[in-house]
Amino acid sequence: MTAKIKPPQGSPYARIIGVGGYRPTRIVPNEEILKHIDSSDEWIRSRSGIATRHWASPEETVAEMTLEAAGKAIADAGISAGEIGGVIMATVSHFKQTPAIATEIAHRIGAGRAAAFDVNAGCAGFGYGLTLAKGMIADGSARHVLVVGAERLSDLTDLTDRSTAFLFGDGAGAVVVGPADEPGIGPSVWGSEGDKADVISQTIPWDGFRVGDLAQLPVGENGELKFPALRQEGQTVFRWAVFEMAKVAQQALDAAGITAQDLDVFIPHQANMRIIDSMVKTLKLPEHVTVARDVESTGNTSAASIPLAMERLLATGQAKSGDTALIIGFGAGLAYAATVVTLP
Amino acid sequence: MAATQEEIVAGLAEIVNEIAGIPAEDVKPEKSFTDDLDVDSLSMVEVVVAAEERFDVKIPDDDVKNLKTVRDATEYILKHQG
Repeated sequence: MTAKIKPPQGSPYARIIGVGGYRPTRIVPNEEILKHIDSSDEWIRSRSGIATRHWASPEETVAEMTLEAAGKAIADAGISAGEIGGVIMATVSHFKQTPAIATEIAHRIGAGRAAAFDVNAGCAGFGYGLTLAKGMIADGSARHVLVVGAERLSDLTDLTDRSTAFLFGDGAGAVVVGPADEPGIGPSVWGSEGDKADVISQTIPWDGFRVGDLAQLPVGENGELKFPALRQEGQTVFRWAVFEMAKVAQQALDAAGITAQDLDVFIPHQANMRIIDSMVKTLKLPEHVTVARDVESTGNTSAASIPLAMERLLATGQAKSGDTALIIGFGAGLAYAATVVTLP
Repeated sequence: MAATQEEIVAGLAEIVNEIAGIPAEDVKPEKSFTDDLDVDSLSMVEVVVAAEERFDVKIPDDDVKNLKTVRDATEYILKHQG
């Protein structure tokens, strides 16, 4: 017989109730990058809008950065860690894949036996995590969920690749999602375009070193084997990000039942200032909308960029609690996720 | 109706002016987008997308790198426009 299963007992609505960020102590200016590539500060700024980025020290691991960001987010949310029933870690740069690092985070923050798992959706990872968190809360599987984006992309940077050496940074951003009386996270417009999987990718798989034909592995000028790095086809990514993602951003507004006029804040993935500027133009965002431009001082931190930018806008008073924000992440996959949220 | 060569050059001039701020009268067939008109690789993508809309043509990324001069772009559009 088919037994009747009880309908979900969770909260139909959820919202972000706290945010926290951690940026590594060491700030790396463009001048330092120029030791490795033939370029100029002016060229880097005009192509990317990036002036500085933070690079982690050996002690600033993905876990340690996450614990700092998570601690701030939990304090900001005004809950105790024991109330967290789920921990979702979005990252592509934690190199020990098993076990999921989220389990270590759940344990070390004091979230006990919280459900914990990692998500790999590249630069869209934070949005994927947020969508899952909302579902867990609606389902009643968790009452509060910690969603983290954390990266050490400096470990995946080829310093001799003049098109990407200046692009990436390190950091962690975290939010606590909890139940709400009214919708605080809109429907996600998300997806993937696997036909473009080669557009942004790691240069070689990890097992390339194990099974690899040495001739297939990337080598440096002195014949040394090169660690895997992120590479991308800049023009293709730019076109997709600006023009296709502007459509996705509009769909997220439509799905939330609002228009650009209702927005206070726009927080796109901090990939590149040129992408951000062109998206704003293509979306025809009204003047009153505050646009996150954290990439200038933080670089591209993949899954960490949206929560880091959110935290900074709130900390500097450029945005305030209760503001309506459109967030959109997009990157390797090519995967994307956009949604409208109420800021914590 | 398909655009003529002159209309395409004039249209590209307007697009380059809009995107890179170069005076439209400086946009001539022999000019290189990168070297003469201050259109870098990312602005070139914006020029291409604007040209696609204006002239009802598809310009895949693989073909964009072959469009060095205004003449290259004009001839491409003449050949491929819908």
